[in-house]
Amino acid sequence: MIMRPSNKVVTLVILAAIILIAPIFFPSSYYFRVGSLIFVNGLAVTGLVILLGYAGQISLGHAGFVGIGAYACALAPVHLGLHPALAAILGAFLSAVIAFLVGRPILRLKGYYLAVASLGFGILVSMVLSNEAQLTGGPDGMPVPELGLRAGLKTIGIDLSNTEFWYALSGLVLVVGAWLALNLYDSSTGRALRALHGSEVAARTVGIDVAHYKLQAFIISAVYASVSGSLLALQNKFVTPDIAGFLHSIEMVTMAVLGGAGSVFGAILGGAILTTLPQVLTVFQEYEQLMLGLIMMLVMIFMREGLLPAIARRLRGRGE
Amino acid sequence: MPEFLQFLLSGITVGAVYALVALGFTIIYNASGVVNFAQGEFVMLGGMITVFTYAAGLPLPLAALIAILATAAIGVALNTLAIAPARGAPVVSLIIITIGASILIRGATQLVFDKQLHRFPAFSGDTPIAIGGATILPQSLWVISGAFAIFLLLWLFFTRTLIGRAVLATANNRVAAQLVGINTNFVMTLSFAMSAAIGALAGVLVTPITLTSYNIGLAFALKGFAAAMIGGMGNPKGALVGGLLLGILEAMTAGYISSQYKDATAFIVILVVLFAMPQGLFGSKSTDRV
Repeated sequence: MIMRPSNKVVTLVILAAIILIAPIFFPSSYYFRVGSLIFVNGLAVTGLVILLGYAGQISLGHAGFVGIGAYACALAPVHLGLHPALAAILGAFLSAVIAFLVGRPILRLKGYYLAVASLGFGILVSMVLSNEAQLTGGPDGMPVPELGLRAGLKTIGIDLSNTEFWYALSGLVLVVGAWLALNLYDSSTGRALRALHGSEVAARTVGIDVAHYKLQAFIISAVYASVSGSLLALQNKFVTPDIAGFLHSIEMVTMAVLGGAGSVFGAILGGAILTTLPQVLTVFQEYEQLMLGLIMMLVMIFMREGLLPAIARRLRGRGE
Repeated sequence: MPEFLQFLLSGITVGAVYALVALGFTIIYNASGVVNFAQGEFVMLGGMITVFTYAAGLPLPLAALIAILATAAIGVALNTLAIAPARGAPVVSLIIITIGASILIRGATQLVFDKQLHRFPAFSGDTPIAIGGATILPQSLWVISGAFAIFLLLWLFFTRTLIGRAVLATANNRVAAQLVGINTNFVMTLSFAMSAAIGALAGVLVTPITLTSYNIGLAFALKGFAAAMIGGMGNPKGALVGGLLLGILEAMTAGYISSQYKDATAFIVILVVLFAMPQGLFGSKSTDRV
């Protein structure tokens, strides 16, 4: 489809180059902050690419997993005495387990039913986070402990400011995440996912365990979402149930389809656009829902594959 | 026992609203095969537009009528501008389009009106009526009779009128319907208008009890969908029964288990129904074409 093997290396090199070179042009630390937000969102959207772009399964509740990752970093250090980094890993593990338990039944569903079931799951998670106030601080949110890695780096002579550190760490995690996702695309699992995306019946006839692979894609994308939630919570040092909310799920899907859910780079591009827009246009905040809705509709009506494939086709057409 | 009766009455009231939303889902689903996730926004629009036209000084019945007509127009616009151009698109695309429409309507409402909770006076006062130790608001009677009246009207429309039968024919086989001279585009427009108007009516009826605000639509969409599914997607009788059942279940959950988690009922019901009886109570067995 969109990503050919040769494109894999190209994508990774371009991504790493952008992350490394961009800081040269940053006039203030604020840009590092926006950059790291782009990477964190890009990571979550990369996970959605595996589910939506590779396997063709929709989830309108993935922010639920973002919330689990985020609250794991807030709660586990306090209640279990875990290091925040271990808490993030625990969150990812927990997300995988929950994705397994929830995914097994709901992935038997198709289309509309899957959309509603995943939507319901997301709402359930944010409901629990808001309602269990004695544990989570309720709608007001709760503080997240310091990761402590930056102080460690200082002792070995690498002295980064807070925003620089988070820029570097999120950038690194994004590149690793993109690398894994691109590898997955070419693996036998990736082929199976693309096959069942094309036709579940055809995939089944050639011996692909459709339910198994769908579940795998769901779990992997849940882990991506969870890690992105952990990163976000740790760098904000604060978390509210909004992170798991319906609107965040929708934002993630919009980012994925805007850039092109079929390719990792496209999805990261979509994430970058939707993360930057509110920073550039301050009025965007007020119009956020309006814009999200409009983008979702326009992209799906006029360029179903998303921005990147549409641009790529235009360029290729001109070259010939 | 009066406690149980009280929960039952409030469950039937909310259930009647879910039934109306589910009927709206059913009409569009039957005509086009699309599940319209913006269905809940019609309920919100019905309430919100009435609130603001009433506040502008219009008499309540007129305000409600304007709200219903305006919402129907928005429903038609949704079909013309977004659903019709995407004909033949994969289901995932249609889901994203209608979810997008829902967010768009939400965002626009928040800008045009505001983010506050609103209500307008009940149609026949707020004095509760006592029934066997429990009480019911006069407005609840309006909601319940409204749902049954709409159900009856729809039933008459689909079985006794030519246009109603044209809608059924289109639902059954679009090409065949076109061949016998049915204007299927008109049928689609009509379905969206009717569905939006019914949603708006539900919003008008229930706002004096539950209040309204720009963001209530999603919950109604989720619950209306659950109700439609309990009854079997696409079946009007199922939508009515499913809505009432879901409302009662939710009221019992709120009363006996936890009011904080009553909204989880719909989700759990969706899961249970999907696994225990995927075709719903009244659905017929279907097979997928490969």
